[in-house]
Amino acid sequence: MAGYMMLDGNEAAVQAMKMAKVKVISAYPITPQSSIAEKLSDLVSDGILKAKYLRVESEHSAMSAAIGAQLTGVRAATATSSVGLALMHEVLNVASGCRVPIVMPVVNRALVSPWSLWCDHQDSMAERDSGWLQLYCENVQEVFDFVTMGYRIAEHEDVLTPIMVCLDGFFLSHSMQKVLIPEQSEVDEFIGDYIIKNTYLDPTDPMIINNLTSPDEFTEMRYQQKVGFENAAKVMDEVFLEFEEKFGRAYRAVEGYRLGDAEAVIVSMGSMSGTVKHVVNMLRSEGKKVGALKIVSFRPFRNDLVNEMLKGIKRIAVIDRTAGLGSQGTPLWHEVCNSIDKASSDVIVKNYVGGLGGRDISIETIKKVFADIMDDHSQNRSPVWIDVKENAMDIRQVYINV
Amino acid sequence: MLRMQMQQEKHMKKQKKYRVLGPMASVFESMKTGSWRLERPKVEFSQCSKCGTCERYCPANVITIHKEKEECVQFIWDYCKGCGICANVCPKDCISMVDERGEE
Repeated sequence: MAGYMMLDGNEAAVQAMKMAKVKVISAYPITPQSSIAEKLSDLVSDGILKAKYLRVESEHSAMSAAIGAQLTGVRAATATSSVGLALMHEVLNVASGCRVPIVMPVVNRALVSPWSLWCDHQDSMAERDSGWLQLYCENVQEVFDFVTMGYRIAEHEDVLTPIMVCLDGFFLSHSMQKVLIPEQSEVDEFIGDYIIKNTYLDPTDPMIINNLTSPDEFTEMRYQQKVGFENAAKVMDEVFLEFEEKFGRAYRAVEGYRLGDAEAVIVSMGSMSGTVKHVVNMLRSEGKKVGALKIVSFRPFRNDLVNEMLKGIKRIAVIDRTAGLGSQGTPLWHEVCNSIDKASSDVIVKNYVGGLGGRDISIETIKKVFADIMDDHSQNRSPVWIDVKENAMDIRQVYINV
Repeated sequence: MLRMQMQQEKHMKKQKKYRVLGPMASVFESMKTGSWRLERPKVEFSQCSKCGTCERYCPANVITIHKEKEECVQFIWDYCKGCGICANVCPKDCISMVDERGEE
């Protein structure tokens, strides 16, 4: 029988990787991911998980080892966060370019500097073009479910693309929630054994993987990846439906919340989406016509779904947990802007930056965003830093010898 | 550059066994570094004093001197990259570099 467990986000990710029967684990601990690395290590040393645990010296090695391991024909596991993900940058592109379908939980944490241990999305946003699929979780149940579905999506022969399951550091990684964990047999039935569908490493039938590729073929291989992403959109929809049928929980690549007759909508990703929905309910009870749009799949970005679901809505607020420095707006805002029919010029799509470096996106913050977007008459379209303090330019002062 | 590219493409085009996405190769020709060669050393054997200078200086260790043979300087063509050091150090100046594709 499936049963409820009290798990934090990291433990939920570990449960999902355990039930997917990963055979090689190469993880390097980093806050707030550390308990994933530790828990997997416990499971291996206790003999509960029959896997090889590799102690690696960095995240660069962790991903390299995972790629090599997975190419021998098993599921390999790793997980990381923040600067660890940044250190993986080079090898992330190797995994996606070599079509190695690794499923990796990424515990979102700010990139330094300023040095921070806490949540924002700049780490995974910096990897949005690295050829990985990216799903963002709202709660701990989604962490388990998305990692589980991640294997099906990434390993599909038309996709063969690695996937990051992004969960907000501390807000999800260390937040205990009630999670429904299915039976091992149900997961086995849903995911199945790992079957190699592409390149592999076999001493009796050797091949060189990741060899030097000339300009004559490079473009075509990138194009193969592009096709993989297009297929991923379709496969993801199918896997979501199959999961719903089997486990009863419905997910979509883009989820609308009370969009019917809505005049203003907040588009968000990750754990803040729960708060947004809560505020939508509060404002709806006051008679305000508001709604929410949650982006689950950021890569591939589903402009088709976003366009369809935001049709007729005149005021759209996009909140991003990353600064988008030097750009006209944050990454999610760009995607949303480009998804909406250009014909509807009376639509306002306004960009909000908030929740950086662990700052809570509170009910008050969301209310402020709704108030701002519903009462917007300015022509200024530069991003609004919704939770910045007034004294931002002089928060620290030091005495120096003069 | 062009030669190196052609060489990389050659064995990729040979693969038949799998429909594969992404970069891989199942024929390992590129391990023979001689295929990188753009120019090859050509010895004027009648001028050669068989001193062995080229043999000692060759960074790939692919030259053998056969004092008794008429073609007294032997190269292992699978691994000669055509760097030209032998031609440069030859005290008799009897090694010249010729285009790999130009002759024969």
